[in-house]
Amino acid sequence: MITALLRRDLAQFFPFTGSGAALPVVFFVAVAMLFPFAVGPDANLMAKTGGGVVWIAALLAAILPLEKLVARDIELGFFDQLKLRGVTEEAMMAVRLIAHWLSFGPPLVLATFPAAALLKIEGETFQILLLGLLAGTPGLAAIGLMIAALTASLRAGAALSGLLLIPLALPILIFGAGALARQDQVSLGFVAAISLALVALAPFAAGAAIRAAREN
Amino acid sequence: MQASPPSLTAHDLACRRGERLLFRRLSFRLEAGAACHVTGANGAGKTTLIRAVAGLCTPYAGLVERVGALALLDERPGLDPDLPLGRALAFWFGLDGAAASTAIMPRLRLDALAEVPVRYLSTGQKKRAALARVVGQAAPIWLLDEPLSGLDVASQGLVSELVHEHCQGGGIALIASHQPLDVPGMTSFAIEDFAPTEQDA
Repeated sequence: MITALLRRDLAQFFPFTGSGAALPVVFFVAVAMLFPFAVGPDANLMAKTGGGVVWIAALLAAILPLEKLVARDIELGFFDQLKLRGVTEEAMMAVRLIAHWLSFGPPLVLATFPAAALLKIEGETFQILLLGLLAGTPGLAAIGLMIAALTASLRAGAALSGLLLIPLALPILIFGAGALARQDQVSLGFVAAISLALVALAPFAAGAAIRAAREN
Repeated sequence: MQASPPSLTAHDLACRRGERLLFRRLSFRLEAGAACHVTGANGAGKTTLIRAVAGLCTPYAGLVERVGALALLDERPGLDPDLPLGRALAFWFGLDGAAASTAIMPRLRLDALAEVPVRYLSTGQKKRAALARVVGQAAPIWLLDEPLSGLDVASQGLVSELVHEHCQGGGIALIASHQPLDVPGMTSFAIEDFAPTEQDA
């Protein structure tokens, strides 16, 4: 049952098969492309600040899929039907988290290659950037899922979720972008640890949130 | 099949919506083969009762006991709007391990619609698709919330037929509807009979 669920969720959210799910990745590259136009084609400056721009672009791209992540399936009665078949809310949200990350983490990491080329990020900086995004995107996905579940029953949920994600994602951003500035791998360990804690927590928090949304 | 026959019991059930008490001291017991029709005006609490029985909302007081799996039909079809109907239903048939699912499609006049994305279906067609999902689930207890809304006369007759067959096969059906249903041997009660009175206040 869980594999069938995962397959369905992936079909919903994966880029190029789901409904407009490729947009976050395109958006991510577009932001990276915009930066040289804004600050001018100074290779030194871009190499120095480009990593931070990629991180901000990743954070903004993480906001885009939140609107449809949970609210739509509540409206469809999808979670209610699963509940009747004995699937717990925690399991539903754990599957959703995996599908959400797979549909947004790896494509984003792949899109970092063209983005880094546009921003003249090379060598070790590029490696740290890639590793950082690989470690940080599960955490961003977990925060996104919790927020999407909490705001699903609110009228202005979509606008609010963007606003909520930014402060919660701050620790990931600080350590992830900080690793670039200092060229150290220790900060990456912190990013991975924060991600891990968030991933472990998210199914329970999001599960409780959709249970609460059902009551009213 | 399950070892023990299905049953559905409500003891002294009371439910609220917001601050308002909808009904209280509602008790019933449905054994295998029983169909029960809950009547009542809009907003009287039929949907809340169905959801409380389904375990999807916590009753204010009382408890629900059930033996056997539940199938629920409500105003939300639970089918992905972007998928063709055949594939959207196949997801649920797959989860429920429904082998007999192919027989129900022509009966509900859905076989011609299998390639049509769910979002293009009319209200009645969506309702029929949700019915196919319920039948395919092969659960002993059916909870149907307004199964007739949006359906044409022929399909309404079909719903009564399906419920009758389900109960003949030892199933239980609890149906909330403000429209009349023609199922032989079906009991009914009005949810307004359990509405709180002045003395309760």
